[in-house]
Amino acid sequence: MPERKEKYKKVAYYHGCALEGSGQPYNTSTRAIAKKLDLELVDIKNWNCCGAMEVKNVDPEIQTYLSSRVMSLAHNDMGQDVVMAPCNGCYHNLKKAEYDIANKEKSREVVEKISAKADHPKYEAGQVETIHALDWLKFGYGEDELKAKIKGGLKGLKVANYYGCMYTRPRHIFPEKDQGGDSDSTSQPHYMDDLLAIAGAENVDFPLKTACCGGAHTLSDSDTSTKLVLNILQAAEAAGADVIATECPTCHSGLEMHQIRALKRMSAETNVKVIYFTQLLGLALGLSARKVGIHENVSNSIPMLKAKKIA
Amino acid sequence: MRPVADIGKALEAPLPENDPLAAAIFMLHAGEEILEHWLAAHDKTPTDEMKEGFRILALHRQGAKGDPSFNACRETARELVYHYNIIRLEPDHADTLKRLSMMRLVANHLFLFVSGKMEVAGLGEFCCSSKPIRLNTI
Repeated sequence: MPERKEKYKKVAYYHGCALEGSGQPYNTSTRAIAKKLDLELVDIKNWNCCGAMEVKNVDPEIQTYLSSRVMSLAHNDMGQDVVMAPCNGCYHNLKKAEYDIANKEKSREVVEKISAKADHPKYEAGQVETIHALDWLKFGYGEDELKAKIKGGLKGLKVANYYGCMYTRPRHIFPEKDQGGDSDSTSQPHYMDDLLAIAGAENVDFPLKTACCGGAHTLSDSDTSTKLVLNILQAAEAAGADVIATECPTCHSGLEMHQIRALKRMSAETNVKVIYFTQLLGLALGLSARKVGIHENVSNSIPMLKAKKIA
Repeated sequence: MRPVADIGKALEAPLPENDPLAAAIFMLHAGEEILEHWLAAHDKTPTDEMKEGFRILALHRQGAKGDPSFNACRETARELVYHYNIIRLEPDHADTLKRLSMMRLVANHLFLFVSGKMEVAGLGEFCCSSKPIRLNTI
């Protein structure tokens, strides 16, 4: 643990495309927390798309190369050995590329060929460790230290922690998970629960914490996505949650947008709020709602947070 | 096998409050039926085997074979089993109605995911879009 604390204190920050657009509040709050906790985020310069799902579905090897280039930049240009990716899609794709390069000859060949053509050093498996914002805060700052820093906290706030699909699936690409001890679980992830409990929140039992939000079909089959999201929102409310805490910009915007769509198209009203876990932690650390970008969310949680004296 | 849409409608109907175990069995069975539809649509005969004592888990495993994106409902199937177990163990618990209501939402998610996936096969590809590596390593 002390080793990770030292290692994660200064990390290469790969926010990816979503955090510059619809997921901007996630970016804002992650940076605000880093500043508050004296954790150094070094932006990866000249970064590219991780390959997301679009490239991956056309040619998975190109996705592997794209993600490998990000890791190569961190290792070869910046001398960093840890990449922190808060977006579940980026995190998932970098982990997948790591797995591919370590295990598949074809992936290594493609990465070598395109890297040579693009005239940059190829990435080799093991040169960097990719972590999520959850790992970064849990181990880079430490739970005891975080507890000592909490001001006011999230007392009285009931939270349903929603991890989405890409943080845990498929299991192969996350060899550090399911190892017992302080590792996270792929079937019952708990790092977000742990951090928000430290911040004073009351985590509710939420059986759909890794269920599909329909994110992949939000444009091609909006009704299916709306129904899946509505079910998640209703389950969170049935569990007694005031808030769904998120850690994925795709899930987050899907929950927010389809909450509105469900009301308009199906007259199905839900009132549970959707807030990034970094925003909640930031509030618990005494940062203002504006500083963590609460006003940038679609879901208006300010009145509820004020009523609970959290914002 | 009832049509898929009928399973969805049945999950919307009021649950028998005076018999929580019957309601839990009904929802567990609805989950099995949903997975049976998935398998039948893929020309597979739904298994009668059990995994960890539950057919639904064996059906899920059968449905995910060769189609890793189907794993996106693995935990949903397991949550149904969990809810069934706690209701069966403590039918008179003060939270039984709440547990039943949650179990219904879990079953509904399985229904929405699988029926959505039968319309648009790609649903679930996002999370399990590392399909190529899984196919190479299973």
